[in-house]
Amino acid sequence: MEYSLKYQDVLSESKKIKPGGRLNRKTDLGNFEKTFKSEITGVIELTPLEKLFQVQIINHDERERFSFKPGQFLMLEVPGFGEIPISISSSPSRRGVVELCIRKSGRVTNFLHKMQRGSHVGIKGPFGTCFPMEKFVNENVLLIAGGLGLAPLRSAIYYVEENRNMFKDISIMYGTNVPGQMLFTYQYETWKKIDGIKLFTIVQNPDKKWEGKVGLITDLFEEITIDASNTHAIVCGPPVMFKFVCNKLNDIGIPMEKMFVSLERRMHCGMGKCCRCNVGSTYTCLSGPVFDYWTVMNLKEAI
Amino acid sequence: MIFKTISKKDFNKFLEILIENNNFFAPQKIAKDKNKKPIYDLREIKNIGDIDFNYDIIKYPPRRFFLPYREVISSFKIENNTWEQNIGYETKVPRVLLGLHPCDINSLNKLDKVLLLGDYPSPYYAIRRKNTFIIGMDCEPKPFCFCRSVGTHTVQHGCDLFLIEIGDSYFMEIFSNIAFDFLKKVKTKDTTKADDDEYKRIRKLKTEKFSAKVDVTDLTKILDMEFQSDVWKEWGDRCLGCGSCARVCPTCYCYGIEEKIDLKFQNAGKLKILHACTLVDFAEVAGGFNFRPEKHIRLKYRYYHKHRGFVEAYEESLCVGCGRCGQACLAGITVPEVISSIRE
Repeated sequence: MEYSLKYQDVLSESKKIKPGGRLNRKTDLGNFEKTFKSEITGVIELTPLEKLFQVQIINHDERERFSFKPGQFLMLEVPGFGEIPISISSSPSRRGVVELCIRKSGRVTNFLHKMQRGSHVGIKGPFGTCFPMEKFVNENVLLIAGGLGLAPLRSAIYYVEENRNMFKDISIMYGTNVPGQMLFTYQYETWKKIDGIKLFTIVQNPDKKWEGKVGLITDLFEEITIDASNTHAIVCGPPVMFKFVCNKLNDIGIPMEKMFVSLERRMHCGMGKCCRCNVGSTYTCLSGPVFDYWTVMNLKEAI
Repeated sequence: MIFKTISKKDFNKFLEILIENNNFFAPQKIAKDKNKKPIYDLREIKNIGDIDFNYDIIKYPPRRFFLPYREVISSFKIENNTWEQNIGYETKVPRVLLGLHPCDINSLNKLDKVLLLGDYPSPYYAIRRKNTFIIGMDCEPKPFCFCRSVGTHTVQHGCDLFLIEIGDSYFMEIFSNIAFDFLKKVKTKDTTKADDDEYKRIRKLKTEKFSAKVDVTDLTKILDMEFQSDVWKEWGDRCLGCGSCARVCPTCYCYGIEEKIDLKFQNAGKLKILHACTLVDFAEVAGGFNFRPEKHIRLKYRYYHKHRGFVEAYEESLCVGCGRCGQACLAGITVPEVISSIRE
């Protein structure tokens, strides 16, 4: 009486992947740990701490299958050094190529900053929820970022740029601590040129060259008029920022369900298994990282 | 549900057949604790005489058969600036576990909800779970057991066979087809009215024996109300942040990923190592920011995840009331005490 079930039997219980179809980790057990081998095709230094990596999946078939939506993240793996969750900051219409804005802050990111063009890394994903762009159709969109929070929002900016006629007015508000931390400065002119997009920047501690506004991101609200009846907002930044910005938006009259925040946690799996990003009853990697503010208000410890 | 009875002699024959063909784990005395009481744990058994049928509880949870403390989940061969990934979901040897109590079987059911039935089923867990034949056994409540309070003192599913001792035979609940087929090899009897009455009597006696109780009515709401309570601070000052509770908990599944590389930079491995939410670096992100920097916040989170977060997501508590964490805690923090102090 040998009690045995072969691994193949367990696998056959899950649906087999169709060639050319989208890779589905949810139904295909065999792809749980699979990481796509990718090449770093470009590195741009944005600031002394941040670099923008352009990463392309090597296998043509896998590249065709890979697609993502703005706001999602992926797991970037440097074999032998570790795996980190990174939000995607490139245009969702580009297939199989992602741009990742990475700050030098931990073991893996320090190693990544030493890597050259042509090195091979692994990417897994995309994971998590996205900014619900289809809800914003024919509405004003307010994009508010603080510091490194511009990285995931850049993907949404590309989206509104490419589908400009779907949305009404678009305002981007961006604040950092010092002017030297501003990301993607070379794109600001391009963004301003797009019809109906306004860009407001502010810094907390200016240097001698800075000619713009000085203060906290919430001070920008005095500059602009927001039509609260048909505006959606996306907020991303350091944890301390959410409370102040979202409450300010709520005072103006935007309902909490129309604000979307992107939370940061240190995921180790991205699939709701490791519990490291658990907040209340949800996992930031499955129900997030994009939550509407009403949900966040009901979760203890989320912000 | 199919009920049958089997005499102890025939049951031993049945076990012998299982031992012959499978890796067989059963309770065995492994040591004595500080009060000179024996400690029992599941150990691999080669012959039937080594099984201690009079064991009280299994000291360490059976979780380790399904979620080992450390396992390599994928490995890499690195050469000339590129690498190849090698994923091993190799078939784990079929195993038989004997003597799991209802709380342990229910703990596996709760793990199933996350790791098997949720989004992204884990192949590492699935292969072990599906390759394990589980024979459960009924138990005597210990002073620290509170499984009745969280509704895990009976088994609805999740094992293949469940035994209740009546006199010199066992009353069997047969849960799976495979167990039914195995039992054809030995002599079993259909249950009689007397057996049923005896079963009811024993179960009734068992439910009356519980001394530890936890009141879980409206617990989710009360935990929310008391989120800023000073009681957490008091418990947090006692807590050592050592993670013992998570080590012995049958339902803890949190883990961390660590990558290892050899000195020649040729072979790398990705290790999955179980973690604990009371350890200091649990919610730390890159750059050193910690979402739960203090002990009482981490202890509070542990209770929130077990008794509130999981309840909200799956309509049941993640705690199975086995009381192991209270026994293992160096500071003597027990679940019934913490929850009753929060309710006051």
